Amino acid sequence: MFDQLSERLQGVLSEVRSRGKLSEDDVKKALREVRLALLEADVNFKVVKDFTASLRERLEGEEVSEALNPGQTVVRAVNDELTELMGGGSRDLAFAPNSPTVILMAGLQGSGKTTAAAKLAKLLRKDNKDVALAACDLQRPAAVEQLQKLGEQAKAHVYTVPGESDAVNVAKWALDQAKAEGRDVLIVDTAGRLHVDQDLMDELAAVRKATKPMDVLLVLDAMTGQDAVNVAESFAEVAEFDGVVITKLDGDARGGAALSVRAVTGKPIMYASTGEKLDELERFHPDRMAGRILGMGDVMSLIEKSQEEFDADQAADLEQKLRKQQFTLDDFLTQLKQVRRMGPLGSIMKMIPGMGKAMQGMGEVDEREIDRIEAIVLSMTPHERAHPDQINGSRRKRIAAGSGTNVQAVNRLVKQFGQMRKMMKQLSEGKMPSPEQLMRGAR
Amino acid sequence: MPTSWRDAFDLGDREIPVGPEPEGREGVFSRLRQGLSRSRKALGAELGSSLTAGIDDGTWESLEEALILADVGAPTTAAVVRRLEDEYEAGDVTGGERLRERLIELLAETASPSADPRIRLGADPAVLMVVGVNGTGKTTTIGKIAWHLQQELGLDVVVGAADTYRAAAVEQLTEWAERAGCQIVRGTEGGDPGAVAFDAVEAARARGSDVVICDTAGRLHTKGNLMEELSKVRRVIAKQLPDAPHETLVVIDATTGQNGVRQAQEFSRSVAVTGAVLTKLDGSAKGGVALAIASELGIPVKLIGIGESLEDLRPFDSEQFARALLAE
Ligand SMILES: Nc1nc2c(ncn2[C@@H]2O[C@H](COP(=O)(O)OP(=O)(O)O)[C@@H](O)[C@H]2O)c(=O)[nH]1
Ligand SMILES: [Mg+2]
Repeated sequence: MFDQLSERLQGVLSEVRSRGKLSEDDVKKALREVRLALLEADVNFKVVKDFTASLRERLEGEEVSEALNPGQTVVRAVNDELTELMGGGSRDLAFAPNSPTVILMAGLQGSGKTTAAAKLAKLLRKDNKDVALAACDLQRPAAVEQLQKLGEQAKAHVYTVPGESDAVNVAKWALDQAKAEGRDVLIVDTAGRLHVDQDLMDELAAVRKATKPMDVLLVLDAMTGQDAVNVAESFAEVAEFDGVVITKLDGDARGGAALSVRAVTGKPIMYASTGEKLDELERFHPDRMAGRILGMGDVMSLIEKSQEEFDADQAADLEQKLRKQQFTLDDFLTQLKQVRRMGPLGSIMKMIPGMGKAMQGMGEVDEREIDRIEAIVLSMTPHERAHPDQINGSRRKRIAAGSGTNVQAVNRLVKQFGQMRKMMKQLSEGKMPSPEQLMRGAR
Repeated sequence: MPTSWRDAFDLGDREIPVGPEPEGREGVFSRLRQGLSRSRKALGAELGSSLTAGIDDGTWESLEEALILADVGAPTTAAVVRRLEDEYEAGDVTGGERLRERLIELLAETASPSADPRIRLGADPAVLMVVGVNGTGKTTTIGKIAWHLQQELGLDVVVGAADTYRAAAVEQLTEWAERAGCQIVRGTEGGDPGAVAFDAVEAARARGSDVVICDTAGRLHTKGNLMEELSKVRRVIAKQLPDAPHETLVVIDATTGQNGVRQAQEFSRSVAVTGAVLTKLDGSAKGGVALAIASELGIPVKLIGIGESLEDLRPFDSEQFARALLAE
């Protein structure tokens, strides 16, 4: 069920089961694989060293449990340790007793500060907060225009001072305005800067001093490599950031930088940014990140996401149907639509363990395919939808014509549905289908 | 291994005024070195002493450590260090200093996989397409290249603002075009990027311009539909002008870790990348992932970015890059 690391561990630990305990040699082999996996995930070299040292203690003499095989036993141990290292719990934004609450965004060039600022604004707008944005990136051409456009989309007011070239002045002015206009929150966007650029780091410190933010957020690209620790240390020193927003998590970067930053600064990762659209910002979950770094998929997210979207009665009803094998094409269509509401199908699929890898090179699941499926199902009679196995050749022709598709497409759907039913049955009996099975069901 | 601008571009039979050379090796070197953090310096020193003193297992380990910390990645690091170790065992290289020089040679070799790493701008007009994930520095790099070609080499340049997606991306490129003193062809935000690319090439032909540089929206290499959109832009260009685009550069942020290999690979798949630009080398990140990209995918680095101003672009010098990786 777990991919890569787990498989590799299984390979080097194949002898263990008979002994029931990990020997010194097993631990050494396992640690080597863990070390490689973490480095591949861009966890900082020194952090990896510390991490494997503490893992060694735990693994020595670790019982290989009944339920898990040796590889999975190690994976579980790594997962626990990683989760703990990443903070165990996430943290909320702090609000000032007197408005406005100032939030300062800081980070390297191109890390996604402006987008993250607008996303945060939109998130807080959902809580009915009156949010304003201050455009203090005066370095990058058209950065102010970008914030203005995004602010409009997020329905947040944007403070700009045309002609002003000092970011500190803009920040001060924006704060005065926000106070005068009674805004609840002021989010200050700043220019991207390298942590080794003394002038710009001084400017950041000055903006911080002038605005007295409740929270300073470091915006960090999930693809960042070994240098993340140097970046984080410098920003911690100069901007004293309180938490991290990790961005571009919708890609396939393992995001080991998150772990490095947490390890060297002790600051929590607060938000995860997962797309270019303004509502693609989520609370960060350390436990999920552990799985991601190890390439194990994000089971928790998937479960939670589906819990949010499906109502409980429907779910119970569905479960009944699944158990009794009464799941019809109508139900299938309802499910598809619900899955679609959860977000792009591709990103959902990636949260399933093992799927991340299976989907590489496959590209995104074609959303138009769902439209086609919908058209086909809607061209069937209710009887046909409940008994797809009874759809014969002439019926298939009729359905194809009615849905504007072809007989092959109808055949495919009927076949897939059959497989899906089988898979669903296994799922409801508590058996996890293989990624291959899932794929066939999805395509 | 181009060290001067003359060696960085293949301009065909165009008449080029003798332009100024980029600042000397020492200059760029010291700028790159400015970015070194304290820890990195300490490591460099440690490495230097172990290489010049006795050679033991610890030596190879600290070499590996230095390369991993420079984002070279475990597989490429292992391959390079193993080669050095073999040569050492065979008695081909002896002595710490010689070993260090050999390592730099090996790294430089790995970093320049192609015989002719020049950017081909011989065609009339030559079309250059720039791609990469969000925020790596595509638009900035285009501004710098345009400035160099237009102002230093006296070529007539048209840039195409085919990033129609990101808010104010067109305004950003417009600003760069003004600084570079080149022409710009714009579409509308939310419009069809292929149409902008088409218009840019069309405008260049009508004007008799030398070079078209096409900006594109940043996209994660995992998004199938966006990658397909990019290949479509490429096809539009190719249809209009056979052999175009003549160069397709993927922009990689030097801060990027191992994911950079996946980026280069996926962009290569969808638009046949001919080279990489490594940006933000003015920071303390070493950009070692470029070495992995070169060795695993055979994609050469052609240019580097070392700052946010017009003149902060350099031809890639593999030896200099190798030296900086070891942070001496
Ligand atoms: N320090 C530094 N910053 C750079 C470099 N190249 C680009 N940038 C900055 O990186 C950020 C993103 O650049 P941009 O060109 O908009 O990236 P794009 O999204 O790929 O087009 C901007 O703030 C640029 O100023 C470089 O070589 N050094
Ligand atoms: Mg751009």
